[in-house]
Amino acid sequence: MNDTAFVSTGQVGRSLPRVEARAKVTGTAEYIHNFRLPGMLIGKICRSTVPHGRIRHIDTSAAAAIPGVYAIVTGEDIRKIIPDPYYGPAFHDQPILALDKVRFVGEPVAVALAADPHIAENAARAITVEYDELPAVYDEVEAVTATAYVHDVLKPAGTFADLKHLVGRRQTNVALDFHLRRGDVEAEFAAADHVFAHEFRTQQVMHTPLEPFVSVAEAANGAVTIHTASQNPSFVRVEIARLLGLKENRVRVRTAFLGGGFGGKLYIKLEALVTALTLIAQRPVKVSLTMEEQFFTITRHPCTFRIKSAVTKDGRVTARKCEVYYNGGAYADIGPRVAQKSGFAAAGPYDIANVHIDSFETYTNRPPAGALRGFGTPQLVWAYESHTDLIARALSLDPVEFRRRNLLRDGRPQATGTVMRDAPLAAVLERAAAAIGWGQPFDRGSGPVKRGRGIAIGFKASISPTASVAIVNLSGDGSCTLYCGTVDMGQGSTTAMAQIAADCLGIEAETVRVIAADTDVTPYDMGTLGSRSTYHMGLAIQRAAADAKAKLAALAAELGVPEGTNLPIAELFRRKYGAQAGNIIGTGSFMPSHKSPDPQTGQTDDATPYWMSAATGCEVEVDTETGRFRILRLVNVADCGTAINPRIVETQLTGATVMQLGFTVYEGMEFTDGQLRNPSFAEYKIPGIRDMPARLEGEIVTSRQGGGPFGAKGVGESGTYAVSPAIANAIHDAVGVRISALPITAEKVYRALREAAGNPLPED
Amino acid sequence: MSKHRTIKATVNGIAYERSVEPRLLLSDFLRQTLGLTGTHVGCEHGVCGACTVLIDGDSARACLYFAVQADGRHIETVEGLGTIDDLSPLQQEFREHHALQCGFCTPGMLMTCVDLLKKYPLASDAEIRDGLSGNLCRCTGYEHIVRAVRAAAARRGRKDDG
Repeated sequence: MNDTAFVSTGQVGRSLPRVEARAKVTGTAEYIHNFRLPGMLIGKICRSTVPHGRIRHIDTSAAAAIPGVYAIVTGEDIRKIIPDPYYGPAFHDQPILALDKVRFVGEPVAVALAADPHIAENAARAITVEYDELPAVYDEVEAVTATAYVHDVLKPAGTFADLKHLVGRRQTNVALDFHLRRGDVEAEFAAADHVFAHEFRTQQVMHTPLEPFVSVAEAANGAVTIHTASQNPSFVRVEIARLLGLKENRVRVRTAFLGGGFGGKLYIKLEALVTALTLIAQRPVKVSLTMEEQFFTITRHPCTFRIKSAVTKDGRVTARKCEVYYNGGAYADIGPRVAQKSGFAAAGPYDIANVHIDSFETYTNRPPAGALRGFGTPQLVWAYESHTDLIARALSLDPVEFRRRNLLRDGRPQATGTVMRDAPLAAVLERAAAAIGWGQPFDRGSGPVKRGRGIAIGFKASISPTASVAIVNLSGDGSCTLYCGTVDMGQGSTTAMAQIAADCLGIEAETVRVIAADTDVTPYDMGTLGSRSTYHMGLAIQRAAADAKAKLAALAAELGVPEGTNLPIAELFRRKYGAQAGNIIGTGSFMPSHKSPDPQTGQTDDATPYWMSAATGCEVEVDTETGRFRILRLVNVADCGTAINPRIVETQLTGATVMQLGFTVYEGMEFTDGQLRNPSFAEYKIPGIRDMPARLEGEIVTSRQGGGPFGAKGVGESGTYAVSPAIANAIHDAVGVRISALPITAEKVYRALREAAGNPLPED
Repeated sequence: MSKHRTIKATVNGIAYERSVEPRLLLSDFLRQTLGLTGTHVGCEHGVCGACTVLIDGDSARACLYFAVQADGRHIETVEGLGTIDDLSPLQQEFREHHALQCGFCTPGMLMTCVDLLKKYPLASDAEIRDGLSGNLCRCTGYEHIVRAVRAAAARRGRKDDG
């Protein structure tokens, strides 16, 4: 069937308040944070104090002797009930509790169980662990050649074709090497008018959802139920079933509203642990992390990006070489996907004939890194848009005009060979430039305070191929229940999905009831990630609604109701069953076409179903006497196809902008010898309300995504892409110095100013 | 285990008498002892503001306050503001202005705003931002929260707001 055949009945495009807003403002919305079961035990975790070491001995005796302690559980206890207790979406490399070795400071080593959380906490502190320390590696570039190996042997999960060559590999910290080859960059560099090479770095940061990770498990009659703040319950079910040797139908994974996710609550976090604990304790078990513990759970990859471009004298980029090193920490999580799926877009949204990309996922002795709102993309845009700006300045070209000249246009092949379609990059760039007043004269500041403007643009391909399934259930009174596994972590999916279903069925969105993800009830969905749900789940819902409508039409025909009679659904049921009874169940599923990239060249003509893009304009004021800077204006423009709920799109955009602002100027996990020094909100500062730019603007470029539901596509990550380089470019414009490593701090700006003045500050 | 103490506290107008451990936090007293889970706990060390409640009319962090300190005091939580079918004006503005996303910080934001609306003119966005500077939100970027508070401040004193 033709997915775009639906003509909107007006539910799509409405900025209705979120359907769950009343529950959220009255404190009655359900979160797993609040969930309790009778007889439930609380688990508190004893964590590794060394970055890399063999476990010599775990002494649990003092902890076990504390009154009220139910049990102390170690990795060896878990191995008795789960013989191969290693999990992970790309590699089966992460033990439920450390076995034999620890690989980062903060790794879970043992758990204390008690009904009283204070007793469990005291007991966890009373566990003593002795280690034989091993040499450690922390830097993503050093990891490639280091002789300290985080894992003795690599264990790819087998689900991904491009990881198969790594099976059994020893003496390496490289968990994925992705390569893209298009044209001949070396020949182009040799012949070029200009060659520019730079290196950029990003720091390790954390999602810090305000609802920290939390999971509860219970087991009975050979089945396990996990109540968890998870973004992909279907994956959790498959992985727990694999670990326990159960069929999927013996594992139930249910969620509620999530108090933020941002990619952190994906794959297995606490779910395998609470499952093992409940099987050992034979009681329900809850583990709720503290804010501090979140930093030892999952993070955003630090990244080093070496980028080199050949440019003609009239400002055309003819070749680009990208060497990208992602720091994946001690366990791969989804890092190899980050290295590959982002890696192929590392050369940026430009039409470049010759491209050479090497993208590496490395293991190090740091907390693991995975997906965080952009899946590696903000790290890439930071580098290529800083680089682009430096080239434009070196060639005395206007930075917007330089980008305009090189921008990838619709119908042209991206570096993979996949033709770019429905990505209004030019419109996004022009809108951002216009909004910030690019090319207009402005106050350049006076005295020691200088002002400047910067612009940047980024893009991302939707991760592919992934599947979504939806069920639309019409009841005897005609009311509609929507079963979809998309998890509402704050992005507004409950509202958007209700609007899509309602529009297809010609009913009010507010009347649709959306059932939160529960694998006993809601059908398979790959996960709420990568800005994929509006498109993929949206299409599955359209198909489910079409199926329900076809069944309604068949019922009407069976009852002899002439076509076009418009009999209410409830009346059809009444005529069929003689009462308010019955159901019509419509089902739909969607998975886009996809062709895997060639393992040698990364080439494919079907890399993704859609592209997302955003551009940021920034105006900044810098005090040259202190390096302190203030963001006066931040304008973020994103393309979302058709906006299902324009107000929610706007809030996604401003929210992502401020989150990325935090990753640009405030946040950074700071380590000394593998020890994290700032794992709390007192020391790791996320943006507060007074850190908002004086003017913060979000704008949508509406277009139409071919194949998307009502022409829509995802927008949850777009606001993060271009913020960081836009700020760095504005600072450069104001005071002529370049910051190449995030975060951008007043100290770094001041040091750069002193250096530029030939009077560098001594290092501390 | 420490010796329990008996406290009497009024929460949302209802008088409670409970025996508690001296180390029990007010946040845990509300959530675990009384089952009032609308008050959320984020950072547990007084930075994020998700657990903000009113104690004798002043906003305070429930995670930095012992339950025994609440003896003889009047506590107000989000559960006391309005109901699903009868939202308070402030709750209505948060809903209408999309001043929430995941909703986890929302109860604390609302309780802080109740205090602010009672005590300050909130005549400028700067004043609204100052007042909310102790409440963190990771989702919204704050812009729509400012809009909601602006609207709630403008509504104050109107007759229909009771």
